[in-house]
Amino acid sequence: MKHLLAVADLDRGAIEELLDLSEHFLEVTQRDIPKVPALRGKVVVSLFFEDSTRTRISFETAAKRLSCDVMSFSVGSSSVQKGESLRDTVQTIEAMGIDALVIRHSAAGAPQRVSTWVDACVVNAGDGCHEHPTQALLDALTLRRHLGADLRGARIAIVGDILHSRVARSDVAAFAALGAEITLVAPPTLLPSSLVGWPVTVSHDLDAVLGETDVVCLLRIQHERRHASLFPSLREYTARYGLTVERAARLRKDTLVMHPGPMNRGVEIAAEVAEGPASVITEQVRNGVAVRMAVLYTLLGGAGGEPVVARA
Amino acid sequence: MTAASRAGQPNPAPVPGQEAVSFVFRSGVLDADDLRRAHTRIAHEIVERNHGADRVVLVGLYTRGLAIARRLARAIEGFEGVAVPVGALDVAFYRDDIGLRSVQPLGPTEIPVDVTGKVVVLVDDVLYTGRTVRAALDALTELGRPSSVQLAILVDRGHRELPIRPDFVGKNLPTRVGEDVRVRLEEVDGVPDSVELWGEPAQGGVP
Repeated sequence: MKHLLAVADLDRGAIEELLDLSEHFLEVTQRDIPKVPALRGKVVVSLFFEDSTRTRISFETAAKRLSCDVMSFSVGSSSVQKGESLRDTVQTIEAMGIDALVIRHSAAGAPQRVSTWVDACVVNAGDGCHEHPTQALLDALTLRRHLGADLRGARIAIVGDILHSRVARSDVAAFAALGAEITLVAPPTLLPSSLVGWPVTVSHDLDAVLGETDVVCLLRIQHERRHASLFPSLREYTARYGLTVERAARLRKDTLVMHPGPMNRGVEIAAEVAEGPASVITEQVRNGVAVRMAVLYTLLGGAGGEPVVARA
Repeated sequence: MTAASRAGQPNPAPVPGQEAVSFVFRSGVLDADDLRRAHTRIAHEIVERNHGADRVVLVGLYTRGLAIARRLARAIEGFEGVAVPVGALDVAFYRDDIGLRSVQPLGPTEIPVDVTGKVVVLVDDVLYTGRTVRAALDALTELGRPSSVQLAILVDRGHRELPIRPDFVGKNLPTRVGEDVRVRLEEVDGVPDSVELWGEPAQGGVP
């Protein structure tokens, strides 16, 4: 594997390999010295054209725990402000001698384009409304640790703004590859106009789904993506699709509540629910570091795609 | 066989139909009885060298080193009456051939006690280039500061590439670089214990 651009590029075996490796790195992150020398001398650049707290810090932590050198690129203080193009920007950075580029960009497909311009490994850290593969992998890892290694038959409800959500697209691809049964719950205006080919069922009624799901994945209402015309008001959204305290009380006792963050408390999830016993939201963040270590290790630690040598 | 694979983890289970070289059986080295005697002797030597087993921690390297460490602990408990802690060490992320080949972890590192001030006996099945042991020393350093580290090996096959020597050896076995020492342990491989020497088919005479 040279790049990680989309979960859709991975088959079940590749996903499971990454998750198995993540379990090893989870053990590493729990040691007194949570760091291994595996990728000494490798240079990882985080190139974020969109704001981020957890994804950026998570990738940089993961890289440092593998002993990589990390360079951080912020658009606000860069030559992008002077009009430098994406291509010139990444080629300039690559000329400094780097091994991996972790890219977040508002345009779907930007990491894929970049991967054709550079020799470095490219990791998609979120591109527009397309994919956010490491989020899906950490979600799958979190589920596996609670539901067991086999997710076949697990019932997962993904609730909220599916239309604009790269997390939803990556989650659907990952969960479906692992055999889970997925229900998308959203008002019709927040669903893609066509769901042909999506391995999902659709519901517009959260209350009908709540009692018979093993997992509720909530998505953030993305104020910055101009929602004004898609639903009447935040209060109405919360009333129909928010995981309120009253709704959470109707969940089965072992149902897990997930949220990729950042949360709009009181909109898609009540603060009490986010901190309640069913919530695995902070675990998702912790698992994210291990998953990103597994991704970087797989891309940078492999033998350029050569198979494992059978005989020692 | 490349330099990278030669430095690899010893004795991976042969994958049916995927052997890089069609190795053939050369000779039996140790059978189950020999192995039992070797384990027993090494266990006694460890206790003798350390004047008892009170401070000893056995740390097995995945996969068969861990099984051997457990056998040694059982033996020591049998004649000395001391329950020696057994830990498991995975050295994958400390190897020096990451990037030359695909190096995958084999299991979680789990050491039940703080190794600081203890006598750590690293245990592995085959000692070859010494690179696995070097990685193990690095991995161990991050877990604490043992008062000393010793090395117990079932088969020393020579061809060291680093200045590393074992303290306890089951069997010194002269080999050639192109050969392969295959250790089979019942609890790992599901077949009776054995150590065998395999190699490429002889071409024009006995090697």
